[in-house]
Amino acid sequence: MKFDSPATSNPIDRGRVVGIPQDRIDGPAKVTGTAPYAYERHDAAPSAVYGWIVGSAIAKGRIKAIDSQAAQAAPGVLGIVTHQNAGPLDKGNMNTAHLLGGPQIEHFEQAVALVIADTLENARDAARLLRIDYAPEKGRFDLAAEMGSAVAPETGFGGPADTRAGDFDAAFARAPVRIDQRYTTPDQSHAMLEPHATTAAWNGDQLTLWTSNQMVSWSAGDLAKTLRIPKENVRLVSPYIGGGFGAKLFLRADALLAALGARTVGRPVKVAIARPQVPNNTTHRPATIQRVRIGANRNGVIDAIAHDVWSGDLPGGGPETAAQQTRLLYRGDHRLTTHRLATLDLPEGNAMRAPGEAVGLLALEVAMDELAEACNVDPVELRIRNDVQHDPEVGPSRPFSSRKFVECLRQGADRFGWSRRHPKPGQVREGRWLVGMGVASAFRNNLVARSGARIGVDGKGHVTVETDMTDIGTGSYTIIAQTAAEMLGVPLAAVTVRLGDSRFPASSGSGGQWGANSSTSGVYAAAWALRGKLAEKAGFAPDQAVFEDGMIRQGNQSKPIGSLAGREGLWAEDQIEFGDLAKRYAQATFGAHFCEVGVDIDTAEVRVRRMGGAFAAGRILNPKSARSQVIGAMTMGVGAALMEELSVDTRFGFFVNHDMAEYLVPVHADIPEQDVLFLDELDDKSSPMKAKGVGELGICGAGAAVANAIYNATGIRLRDYPLTIDKLLERGEGSALA
Amino acid sequence: MVAVELNVNGREAHLQLDPRTTLLDTLREHLHLTGTKKGCDHGQCGACTVIVEGRRINSCLTLAVMHQGDKVTTIEGLGTPERLHPMQRAFVTHDGYQCGYCTPGQICSAVAVLEEIEAGIPSHATDDLEKVAFSDAEVRERMSGNICRCAAYPNIIAAIRDVAGEDKA
Repeated sequence: MKFDSPATSNPIDRGRVVGIPQDRIDGPAKVTGTAPYAYERHDAAPSAVYGWIVGSAIAKGRIKAIDSQAAQAAPGVLGIVTHQNAGPLDKGNMNTAHLLGGPQIEHFEQAVALVIADTLENARDAARLLRIDYAPEKGRFDLAAEMGSAVAPETGFGGPADTRAGDFDAAFARAPVRIDQRYTTPDQSHAMLEPHATTAAWNGDQLTLWTSNQMVSWSAGDLAKTLRIPKENVRLVSPYIGGGFGAKLFLRADALLAALGARTVGRPVKVAIARPQVPNNTTHRPATIQRVRIGANRNGVIDAIAHDVWSGDLPGGGPETAAQQTRLLYRGDHRLTTHRLATLDLPEGNAMRAPGEAVGLLALEVAMDELAEACNVDPVELRIRNDVQHDPEVGPSRPFSSRKFVECLRQGADRFGWSRRHPKPGQVREGRWLVGMGVASAFRNNLVARSGARIGVDGKGHVTVETDMTDIGTGSYTIIAQTAAEMLGVPLAAVTVRLGDSRFPASSGSGGQWGANSSTSGVYAAAWALRGKLAEKAGFAPDQAVFEDGMIRQGNQSKPIGSLAGREGLWAEDQIEFGDLAKRYAQATFGAHFCEVGVDIDTAEVRVRRMGGAFAAGRILNPKSARSQVIGAMTMGVGAALMEELSVDTRFGFFVNHDMAEYLVPVHADIPEQDVLFLDELDDKSSPMKAKGVGELGICGAGAAVANAIYNATGIRLRDYPLTIDKLLERGEGSALA
Repeated sequence: MVAVELNVNGREAHLQLDPRTTLLDTLREHLHLTGTKKGCDHGQCGACTVIVEGRRINSCLTLAVMHQGDKVTTIEGLGTPERLHPMQRAFVTHDGYQCGYCTPGQICSAVAVLEEIEAGIPSHATDDLEKVAFSDAEVRERMSGNICRCAAYPNIIAAIRDVAGEDKA
């Protein structure tokens, strides 16, 4: 099915199953621990033995020699894989560094060996006996020091390096009110609860991986490419994924080394990347340095806006596209965005939840707060004044498909009680707490991707959907079941959903908040095909047949779909392909975040007291799981604002705090009640589901709302994230802090 | 190898184990009770929480040989998909999870937390040590060793509140 013109009325609009809050259909399996994750496939690979990854002890250089004698002789050891015996390996299209290093070392903790033994204890112990002699080389590890050598990256996923409209320099120079500030965000780690893990088994030249991966088709292809075998010889199975946030978009070392290990020892091997290895061995969100300049009139109306971003990555890597939202969020005739990429020899930088906007808004939305203060305009009102209903780089010829940004600000402010905010910072005191409120805009592009599915109905009228789509906690199982149930007129309980198997039709996968909208649209397409087949069997006209209560009906005639399917069942397969609507219309999701913090008058400890937000993201397919996506992302925004930072050792080139004790993320006690309002919205230009992405919108701007609330509470404006106690205390003198 | 006897979810288990085997790996790799999760293996995340002799512990931080004869309750011992424990049902109702990987640990912790409060064991968040009572702040404090990166925190608290209310009714 091609989606190249706006959706008209369709069966999803009935809204009997779709759009209704539903418990997750995979819930009972998850709460009882019976949902099988990648390292737990005793059912599929009962004879699996254990692999332990050895990571590089240097960040850059060469392996001179490997002495594996002692490790090989250790109890239970079955084999050792290194670059010396792995055979020729290619590199996946999506990987920047090689997943098995050696002799060249590209980053610290890059996998250099896999030790395989009969038990986990033996494998771990033997791994310590491996003697590796390195010749280290000097590396570049400090983004600030490398800014001068940064270059414009090639046009990639986030668009061109630079964009311009009008004459920014001239307009900024003549603006009556100017904001010009620099902000920094640190490297961050996904810290999903399940570390990357894979169980691999060979059967002749056929390889099966039970793994934890967001993008089944990409990664099956990249594994085949890396091993130099045909893609059809690789089967990837990833039905349950213990969190991803972008960390599992790509093939990683666990998958490659499990496959190599299983080939070496001639039996299934399972490999998990040990938690302390995860931040340096895998990918992370790269640090940024950002400069935001805004020129406005005295009423706060923007005439000139510029956002310059510096980030770093390994050779061949990409930039953190943190200026993305600045291209589309606010009005202004004179515009400039630039991205510059430095070469760093740190571990591989790549996508983490809402790459670009998540950190871009940490800068832009604080700059907007600074502009509001400079113009003496309420920060909510300032954003309303700068709304624009078309792509401001292009002009009115490219309108937004839908943009309820102002409504989000107004309704969000009402629900939160924004009118109670004191406009002057440092004025509200409750006991030992300074109290403040902050607002920030939420913005995230709406991406769509081709997505396929097959759908069948059996003789009893039970429906089964199969697609290689993944559920990384996002609720895919349930929204796909809802879509199938709505399209075929059956109850949710009459639908089985099978996901995450490369033998199923290739889907959009989970990333960039495109998964829900794209994958359900693929199911919609397949269901249309099945409806056609059922109508044909019934002798009805496909476009007049109505599907409800397990029946197909035309006029006063009706037949059960189960009896039409017959004993052998009836299947159909299709995919959704997206035309140029995303080019003709700017497509994005919008919202407004509100936050109230308390800051301890003596210790400067920050406590988030309340959070609320209003969001417009098209049809909300399952309001229950969508709300969970949003509050989870808001919480990650709190983490970005207050605590998350991979500390770089710029001497040796690695992240020092590489585990869950030292890399701090929000815990229960950090998070209060969170209020989420979804605005009624259907976006007919996004997909036949009229939905948009929502999984990343919640993190976009959330941290800036925290930062702005801290400023409102204390009068201290911090621009270097995370906003920790030490930074507040350093600036405490003359502030509202005691 | 060391002979280890455990009572897991009401069943006797007789095992021959490498003395280095953690309770967590005993459950997952030897008894194939994979509901208990390995998130960090260093006592930092809480995903491996199980109830041993009535107290919740991180099963990754203890060796199986240290638990000769102990009674261990894992997520599998609380309920099954067909017969959910009230806490498991409340997690489904309140969407107290997303990816599901921290969930068994959260649920084991939550069950034990309500028993701790009932037993009058105070926490950092307890105002009056003589009157330990259920409150959201008490539960948030006591559950803070169980990290949920998907951050279903308010939903988890709602689920626990729900079960606590049922118990009192």
